[in-house]
This record gives sequence, C-alpha cells and structure tokens, in this order.
Amino acid sequence: MRYLPLSDTDRADMLARVGISDIDEIFVDIPKSARIDGLLDLPRRQSEFAVERDLTRMAGKNVAASSVPFFVGAGAYKHHVPASVDHLIQRSEFLTSYTPYQPEVTQGTLQYLFEFQTQVAALTGMEVANASMYDGSTGTAEAVLMAHRVTRRNKAVLSGGLHPHYRQVVEGLSAMAGDRVEALPADPAGTEDILAAIDDETSCVVVQSPSFYGQLIDLKPIAEKAHAHGALLIAVFTEVVSLGLIEAPGEQGADIVVGEGQSIGNGLNFGGPYVGLFATRQKFIRQMPGRLCGETVDANGKRGFVLTLSTREQHIRRDKATSNICTNSGLCCLAFTIHMTLLGGNGLAKLARINHANAVKLKGALEGVAGVKVLNDAFFNEFTVKLPKPAAEVVEALAEKGVLGGVPVSRLEPGKADLSDLLLVASSEVNSDEDRAAFVAALKEVLA
Amino acid sequence: MSMNTQGRPSAPSETAITSERATFTGNKALAMEEPLLFEIGRMDVCGVDLDEADDFTPALGSHARKAVPDLPALTEPETMRHYVRLSSKNYAIDAGLYPLGSCTMKHNPRLNEKMARLPGFGDVHPLQPLSTVTGAVELISELAHWLVTMTGMSAVAMSPKAGAHGELCGMMAIKAAHQAAGRDPKIVLVPESAHGTNPATAALLGYKVVSIEAREDGTVDPAAVKARIKEHEGDIAGIMLTNPNTCGLFERDIIAIAEAIHAADGYFYCDGANFNAIVGKARPGDLGVDAMHINLHKTFSTPHGGGGPGAGPVVLSERLAPFAPLPFLRKVEGGTQWVETDAELKDGEQPFGRMTAFHGQMGMYVRALAYMKSHGADGLKQASEDAVLNANYVRVGLQDLMSLPFGQRWCMHEVLFDDSFLKDTGVTTLDFAKAMIDEGYHPMTMYFPLVVHGAMLIEPTESESRSSLDLFIATMRDLVLSAQKGETDRFKGAPFHAPRGRLDETRAARNPVLKWERPAAQAVQPQAAE
Repeated sequence: MRYLPLSDTDRADMLARVGISDIDEIFVDIPKSARIDGLLDLPRRQSEFAVERDLTRMAGKNVAASSVPFFVGAGAYKHHVPASVDHLIQRSEFLTSYTPYQPEVTQGTLQYLFEFQTQVAALTGMEVANASMYDGSTGTAEAVLMAHRVTRRNKAVLSGGLHPHYRQVVEGLSAMAGDRVEALPADPAGTEDILAAIDDETSCVVVQSPSFYGQLIDLKPIAEKAHAHGALLIAVFTEVVSLGLIEAPGEQGADIVVGEGQSIGNGLNFGGPYVGLFATRQKFIRQMPGRLCGETVDANGKRGFVLTLSTREQHIRRDKATSNICTNSGLCCLAFTIHMTLLGGNGLAKLARINHANAVKLKGALEGVAGVKVLNDAFFNEFTVKLPKPAAEVVEALAEKGVLGGVPVSRLEPGKADLSDLLLVASSEVNSDEDRAAFVAALKEVLA
Repeated sequence: MSMNTQGRPSAPSETAITSERATFTGNKALAMEEPLLFEIGRMDVCGVDLDEADDFTPALGSHARKAVPDLPALTEPETMRHYVRLSSKNYAIDAGLYPLGSCTMKHNPRLNEKMARLPGFGDVHPLQPLSTVTGAVELISELAHWLVTMTGMSAVAMSPKAGAHGELCGMMAIKAAHQAAGRDPKIVLVPESAHGTNPATAALLGYKVVSIEAREDGTVDPAAVKARIKEHEGDIAGIMLTNPNTCGLFERDIIAIAEAIHAADGYFYCDGANFNAIVGKARPGDLGVDAMHINLHKTFSTPHGGGGPGAGPVVLSERLAPFAPLPFLRKVEGGTQWVETDAELKDGEQPFGRMTAFHGQMGMYVRALAYMKSHGADGLKQASEDAVLNANYVRVGLQDLMSLPFGQRWCMHEVLFDDSFLKDTGVTTLDFAKAMIDEGYHPMTMYFPLVVHGAMLIEPTESESRSSLDLFIATMRDLVLSAQKGETDRFKGAPFHAPRGRLDETRAARNPVLKWERPAAQAVQPQAAE
C-alpha cells in the first residue's frame, strides 16, 4: 500500500520487538462480539490511477460553474481566484501543519492569522476580529449566543431578510439551548417590522445586508433602536465583496459583524469548506467564540505571535467555555488573506465596483424580458426577480438550455405561495456580455 | 542497534554554533525574517489586474462606502515571497514526525487535493439545480455508505463542519429523541479524561455535566457509571465517552457501559476522535453506540491546514436516525435522494433542524473518499494495525526511561507517558517539549488528558517508517538521559534553534493586541471611494 511505509519484514520485526507474533493480540481489549472477522464489505485498495478515473467520472456528471453562463448566488458566489492563491495554500508547510499550539515553530500560521484578523476588522469597520469560524451560518448562531452572554437576555430577533439556512441554524441551536427566537416572516421588500419587534427583552437583532433578497439595508436606525433597548445589533453578510463598496456595518453601529468570506480566495466547493468572518468591539473580546491570535515578544525581544485569551476556550474552561469550538477554517482564511493581500483596499473597491456594474447591466437586460420585474431598488451584485411563472420550473428549463439562471426562492422557503415566483439572480466579475445575452435569450424562450 | 542519524553529526562540534551571530538584515541565510504585509504593502499597487467598470448608474441607494478599506496591497511577486517566507516558519507533517496525541497528524496524499480540485467538485454551487450535480450527490452517497459500513450504524448526518460541530449535532439528535419521547432529562455523564469539547457541547445544550472518574487502569468502570446513574435516577440524557479513550486505551467494558446507559433510557454518544485506531477491527455499532462523529481530517487524512477546515459527519443508530438534521440522504429505489427542506419530509422523519448552510464540507468529502478508495477495506485495516503497532513500538522503546501512568499494557494508536521521570531534574514538561523542537520534532501533546499529571501523549500514526520511529525513540532517550544527568542548559530557555525563542504568552493575554494598527506617523488621508 503506497501510503504505508512499513514492509512485512518491518512488521514482523516490530511485533517481535513488542513481544508478540500476531497483531490481534494488541486488540485484546475489544470485546469478541464486536471484533470484525476478515474484511469489511467494501472494495479493496485501488491504484492512484484507478481512484482518479473513478472520481473524475463522478465529477464529470456535474456542471461546473465556469463552463456555463452562471448567475447562481443566495449565499455562495462565483468569483475568480488568482492562481497564486491556490498555489500558496498548497505549500506543505501551510497545508499539512496543525493548529499552532507550539508558537516557536508555527509563526507562519500565526502571522497570517494576525494579518487575517486585521483585514477582517478593517473590512467590517470593527475593532477586533477572530481567526475565523466554520462559515457564515454557524458564525451567526455563535454571534447570537454571544449576544445572550453579553446582555444576559435570551431573545433574538431575526429579520425576514436573513438567509433561510442561517435562520434555521440559529433557530435549531436556540431551540435546543432553551433560548427564544422571534423570526420575522420572509420579506423581500422592507425592514419596518424589525424596528417594531425590538423590546426590552431583546438581546440582539440579526439583520443581513445585502439581505437574502439582495436588498441593501440601512442599519443605522436599527442599531439606534436596539441600543436604546439595551440590545445588540448583529450585522450579517453573505457576500463579503460588497464591503468594498458599501458602508461597513461597524460604521453603521453594529456590535457584532458576522458573515461568509467564501467570495475572497475560496471556490464554491458545493457548499464547503467556507470561512466564517467574525468581528466585534474590543470590550467584548472575552465573550467572543473561536480562536484568537495575539502579538507578543519572544525571549530575545523579537516580535512574535501566539494563540491567546484561551481561558475562554473549552480546553481550559470545559463546560464553562464561551463555545465548544476548538478549531477555525485555517486554510480557507489563509486563502482569504492571500487574495485580500493581492487586492488591497483599493483593489477590493474596484472588484466590488465591477460586480455592481455587471449586476446593474444584468438588471437592465432582464427588465427587457416581457413579464419580468426586478424588486430591488438598492442592491450590490444580487437581486430578486418576479417572474410570470413558478421560479423553480423556470430554473430547470434554463438549465436544460445550458444556463444556470439563479436560485428559486422556493428552494429555501418552500410552501410559501407568495414567494414561488421569485428568483434570486447574482452576477459577478466573471459574467460577460455574452453570458448576459445567453441568459436573456434563454429566459425569453422559457417564458414564451 | 546502529542509530540512523540521517546525516546528522554524531556529536555537536564545539565551534559550530553560528546561530548567535548577528546579520545586518536579521536574516540567517535561508531563515528569513518577514514583516507584516501591512508594513511592506502600499495603497497604490494591486496584485490583481482589474478592468475599469464601464459607465453605469450605480444602484446602491444611500449605502455607498465613503472611504476604501485602509488595507495596503502587495503585487503578485511580493505576495508570493511574503507567504513563501512565512511558510518556512512552520512545522508540518510533510517535514517531519508530528506526534501530537489525539490530533492524528498523518500523511496527506496529494491525490486527495487533485481530486477535490476537479471542476466538477470544486467549481459547483450548492444551490445549482440538482439535475446538474448528480455526480456530487453520488459522491456524498458513496461516502455515506463507506461510513455506515465501517461503523455498523444505520444512518449518517453529513453536514457538521468539524469534530466539535459533530458532537453538537449528535447531542442535538439525542435531545430531540428525548423530546420526541416526552422526556427532558438534564444530566450528561462525561469521564474526566474526555476532550474539553465534550463538556462544552453538553453545557451548550443546557445539560448539567456529571464527571466520571477513571479507575486505576485508565478506563471507565461500569460500576462507576451505574453509581452515577443511580444518583441521578430518571434524569440521565446520556453519556459522552471517547473510545479508544484519551489515555490511548480501549474501554474494555464498553458494552456493559452502553447497556447501563440504555437501561436508564439514556443514549451513548461516542467521541470518534480516535476511530482511526479501530477502523476495520471493530464497529462502534456493535458496541452499543447511538451516535459518533468521525473526524474526516484525522481518520481519513484530509489536511489540517494550520487548524482547519475539518469535517465531522455523525453516524447514528436506528433509534436516532429519524432525527438527523437537514439536509440528509434518503434511500430510494435505485439510489439515494437529497432531502433539503421540511416540505419534502415523509412520515417518521423528524429532523431537529440544520447544522449549517448548504450541505457541509464537500471539499473534505472528496478527499476522504479518495483516501478510502485508495486504501480499500484491506488497506484501512492495515493502516489501523500499523498505527497501533507503531505506538506500541514507541512504548516499548521508551518505557524503561519514561513513566507509564497505567503500567505496562497494550496501548492503541497513541501511548501516554507522564512526567514523573523528570522529577528532581529541574526540567519541566514544557522545557522537555521545547527541547524536542531543537531536535527537529514537533512536541507531543502535553498536559492532556487532564487525569494524568504532566501527561505526554504520543501518536506516531501509520505514516511513520521504522527508521523514523527508531530515530525518534533514540532522540527521546537521549533527551531523557540528558535531563536526568542534570544537563539543564539544553532545556532551560529552549528552543534555541527555532524561528522564535520562547514566546511570552502571559503578555499576549494581559494586553491583547489582535490586529495591526497603522503607526500615527504613517497616517494617511482616507482615500475616497470612486
């Protein structure tokens, strides 16, 4: 077996060295009734070539985003990732290292975590950021739990524009933890009801901008009302590129900013792994979940970095820890950091502008199709289209014509008749004039 | 036995210590210092060529950002150099033995990486029409089949994004099952030796954690479990037990423990962090387990990447299967079907919710399945046997010098020593670990499990050759004898040859500096957004 360095001679010698002749003598503590005789009912080992052929066959059955006009978003976005990003994250010293528990020999990882935290804080307009969460949705659930710890209240208000999967992750965990959640009805249009839902029992308001429906939300009045009632504003985003063009949530009064960082440096990967971004104010750092990297000095006075404030974590505090999370999305946040390093603030702003410009062009093109109406007035690179037919049918028909034309809202909000004709359409720097023309032509045929 | 020194001199030269000599740059030949990117980056460069957006009328309402983010950039060649230089300051499994007990640092085959990057896996969107991702669903379905077959369980929840996330998922399924039965028990039993995530997970769900002590041989006594159950009669939600346990031992009374917990209407959660010791040798389902997470990154070689991403699918017993979170796979005639929403549920399916957006860690699924197919049923069994053999080889090679807290007995894939062999040497466990760094090794796991004072947990894994183990054993023996001879200079203040000396962790915690701040002297005018 190519991955196992021991030869049969080695094995025999080593067994003799430990004083036995049969490896099974070591497994003596396993109850007889549970021991496997022979082999599991699974295929035998395969050569590298055979595995490659088998998996390539499976991969070939999927339509890759880059191979078609592609307008699918709803929480995961198709962007171009520079070749140097993927090359660098595959360096052995990054790819095959562990959590930096021994800082003297993990300064590479620790320094990029510190750079990542700095970048995330700057993008979100917050004072501190952690070294990443699993993804945006789990980060949002952790943000709610953190708000409960900070306010000593346990009721969260979720806006109707929050990604339905994010809502379900928060609701599932809250229900199990005995907390209360007021989830406002799915709402493609406005935010009036959020303000009305805030009261003196509210620990936090969770608002996504751009919302699930692509609408940009003014967070300032929500922050004001939340603060007036002693509650925190948790601002959520699923498209981090938007932060290059729209006002940072921290500038708008958010107390915790959390979201998905996949768009920078990370591919679509059919939903994961992604990278959760999590930022807050300095005064809350001891209530933060997740891993933190801090600056210090070594015995010779040289600057260095370590994991810090671990007294919040489960390996010290066990059942008193701020969360049960003992990892981060290390390699994904490295990809994020490298791509952000290449872009810089100006590059991100420019990339965001191209994304927005393409979305505006797409909106214009789609509005030229009879019966199609765009619902958003302010958006970034994604918006909601009202169709004269059920959106799920339209998407399937478009796929048959070789266009991946968005996400029907009904896929995430099933059983709601008033949403069944809504389609989420996303556009980014990868979309060309030809892509848009193909989309419009196919849509005209499908709706005809 | 002749020692394989692999090119190392047999004794250090008296005059060869050059590392203390200063250089102008601070670099030492290939060991180069590297500033933070913010200290070398500039606002007027960009490492990505981007076209200017054509004329268009923005539709941002009043939400436009007033100033661009204050983040300098590096061009592409500078970026390459920056991160290559940083990478050289990391220890990695590709560079040497990484004996971190309970963390399982094994070889990461590059075939896995190549497969995960196929456009049909890496470049597909989670919400594309299902008709355009049939190969992705097939892959998940096949991986699920391997997982339930290896574990002897009924179902698997694929979506948890890490081991601790899997624990949460498994315990949520257990809570949902109790709720469905109209029960609301409050107690979860957790052995003292458990991973810290176990009590943290239970507490997160509102459970009270009751600890169970280990008996003298390092395992859990069913009598102790029964005593706790009796103390909290009628209020036991379940037990969270790691098997093989964190002392590197197989819990030989596991079936009796499972029966006791089931008799009390509780569920048996098994922490599967150490599953790699028994793949192909025993099936957790046959031991009475109701739920167990599987760390794909440990057992099935997906890379740790400096601390993630992981993946923690949870296998479930027949009793817990109906509560698996969305999305899940349903067996149908001729294949499997994705179930994504409540609206698609059939009778008996009662998912407790959703663990994450989308389907989970697809990129990790591809890597894990590539690894499983490469090994096959025969290779997986061989890998477990080799991992266990290697750990016992290290045990036998060191047991006369280092102290075994539970006496001379077989260990599984990791061997646990304590630091009593350092007593009266003036060398601490931490000093010893840092001296290992100077010898070119990553230190073992220290201070864990908590039940053993000065614990040192060594896991060589199946990826180590015999010569690699021989050199490691010889090095450890040399360090132990050196400490016992009073050569404290080698330990106090170590490491001496690492990119950094010992770092001041207290200072970092007392005055947290979590990001770079632009020095006041370099203040720049915020650049207006276009």
